[in-house]
Amino acid sequence: MSETAAVSAEVRERHEITTQLGMWGFLATEVLFFGGFFMAYALYRHSYPEAFAEGGRHMAFGLGTTNTALLLISSVFVAIADRAVRAGRRGLTLGCLATAWLMGLAFLGIKAIEYTQHVSDHLVPGRHFLPGQSSNPRLQLFMYLYFGMTGLHAFHMIMGLIAVAWLMNGVRSGRIGPSRPEPVAVIGLYWHFVDCVWVVLYPLFYLVGR
Amino acid sequence: MSTYLDRPTVRSWLTTLDHKRIGLLYLFSITFFFTIAAAAAAAMRIALLSPSGDLVASDVYNRLFTTHGVLMVWFFLIPAVPNVLGNFLLPLMVGARDVAFPRLNLASWYVFMAGGFLVLYAILFGGVDTGWTFYTPYSSTYANGHVMLMAAGVFVSGFSSIFTGLNFIVTIHRLRAPGLTWFRLPLFVWGIYSTSIIMVLATPVLAATLLLMGLERAFGVGVFDPRIGGDPLLFQHLFWFYSHPAVYIMILPGMGVVSEIITCFSRKPVFGYKVMAFAILAIATLGFLVWGHHMFVSSESVFAGVVFSFLSFMVSVPSAVKVFNWTTTLMRGSIRMDTPLIYALGFVALFTIGGLTGLFLATLPVDVHVHGTYFVVAHFHYVMVGGMVMAYLGGVHYWFPKISGRLYPEMLARFAALTIFIGFNLTFFPQFILGYLGMPRRYSMYPPEFHALNVLSTAGASILGVGYLLPLIYLVWSFYRGRPAGPNPWKAKGLEWTVPSPPPEHNFDAIPTVTEEPYAYNPEEDP
Repeated sequence: MSETAAVSAEVRERHEITTQLGMWGFLATEVLFFGGFFMAYALYRHSYPEAFAEGGRHMAFGLGTTNTALLLISSVFVAIADRAVRAGRRGLTLGCLATAWLMGLAFLGIKAIEYTQHVSDHLVPGRHFLPGQSSNPRLQLFMYLYFGMTGLHAFHMIMGLIAVAWLMNGVRSGRIGPSRPEPVAVIGLYWHFVDCVWVVLYPLFYLVGR
Repeated sequence: MSTYLDRPTVRSWLTTLDHKRIGLLYLFSITFFFTIAAAAAAAMRIALLSPSGDLVASDVYNRLFTTHGVLMVWFFLIPAVPNVLGNFLLPLMVGARDVAFPRLNLASWYVFMAGGFLVLYAILFGGVDTGWTFYTPYSSTYANGHVMLMAAGVFVSGFSSIFTGLNFIVTIHRLRAPGLTWFRLPLFVWGIYSTSIIMVLATPVLAATLLLMGLERAFGVGVFDPRIGGDPLLFQHLFWFYSHPAVYIMILPGMGVVSEIITCFSRKPVFGYKVMAFAILAIATLGFLVWGHHMFVSSESVFAGVVFSFLSFMVSVPSAVKVFNWTTTLMRGSIRMDTPLIYALGFVALFTIGGLTGLFLATLPVDVHVHGTYFVVAHFHYVMVGGMVMAYLGGVHYWFPKISGRLYPEMLARFAALTIFIGFNLTFFPQFILGYLGMPRRYSMYPPEFHALNVLSTAGASILGVGYLLPLIYLVWSFYRGRPAGPNPWKAKGLEWTVPSPPPEHNFDAIPTVTEEPYAYNPEEDP
């Protein structure tokens, strides 16, 4: 009995390494996907530093900083959930995941408030772009990158919320538990990655020119 | 005994998680896309029979070469060896029961088909005239037609590459049989491994590039738009950051196939195994650093041009090493000129011509002369068709007995291989001369002095067409009516030949333990 338990533990561990490697590989593609946008940002920030500095001053510094804090703290809860599920503490796992999920939702809510503000400030690129007389003519490029990159990040946040909701459902029904804990770690990797992307986006858009 | 081909219901095929069946699903799909893309090429060659472009209007001609390029690149060449032969063979070669993530594998096929149908829809309802490269600002601002749909199709199909690449990398790392160390892997596996790395790292950049182009087209403003300070050249940099490594997605697995065939049909271990493995990795790595050679005449700085030129020359070193090692493997071997070897030798010869003419193009002053001419067209067709398609067909013939459990008619197959070789050279060699003389690519009309060479090229294309039709017919026939092959008709080494043909659904009754070095052939003992 104990021997079969040991064998199945080993099989499970091998399986966990395999799925984690799969997620790391996927995250590598994600880095390169955002990389195309970062390349554009680097090029144009180098070409038009004043426009980017002005763009940074249009950003809501307080809201952006709050969002950064929200994501960083949510990642802590996801990390605790990983430990908790291995220890078989279902209630703690669910509580941590739910907290992280709500913080992710709050992040998106704050992002929506910011977007609404930009719309009423006429900062959305395109025909309605009207930043005012003294504005730098290249500001539109900055705002384009801002909407593109934070929008893409928000899309990844939504995917993350769906994935964590799936996790919570699995933990609640018992499909994910001490005998099969690895989905928490694997989706946790994704959550941390989306968090890390924001940690880079935050200085690029909110701290530039400040 | 039961095989993976039992239970022939449509439902069981469409819901299969078996890597062998998914490989065959890809085989049918890419053959379908190849046929459409080849028909577009045939229409172009017929149109070019006359200098005045009587057959099709320029607008239609532009749509034909876009259709040809998009389908051939993303829906045939890129998935050909990895997704068909790789899916079928990789788990067998590493001694596993399946790939690491079977459901992701099936998902990759569905994603591929979704992308393919988007592209087909775009072609049927008006087409696209941007060329397969989607250069801005033409694609984002001026082009009529379904640019968005076609780009969306390519974007979606990219996920199929990413899923497959991920699956293969994890499979090779995690599911190798006991004793199958990295330096005992068949070179085919090394080829697939390097290809997978490129798929995983380069494809997302294409996705980002097409997304930026699509956003610009949708909203009328974007990062490649000079009116707001954007730079259209950035599109080319990002596009070729994917598309040059993609060229190696299209050739590295072919190199793996050729290594398997040449060792088997000369009954010798491959010459310089480790060097061959490292050469594949070196080509994959250097492939990421040469994209700028597509922009020598697009306002790239001279300094950047010199650096990219130098790096492009570097790629030829590991490539030449491979050619020399294949030749040395053949030396004093016990050679049997069977169909797969004819294809493999064709690959070596044509790839060498394609590679050497690549050096002409990597040379800055020569490129100024031949850029945008038929010389470039001939160069990359020598690598893509002369190289990859030959390797793919060689591989399909080599592993056909394993896939189907049956043999094809050998003499007919040899005849078809030679027909393809002759037809190919007759089609594309004249294009080197045309390009050198200054005929630009992508025009439906040309000055009358180029007439004779164009007629020659079209004549070659018709021979090539017959050559492609033959295997399509006799392989389908052999699949049902061929002589039974037995598990190992070529007396080949490698784990895939230790299981019955066709293999059972679970591949191995017991996971094998590998004690042998790769390619343990001996030319003395076996004719």
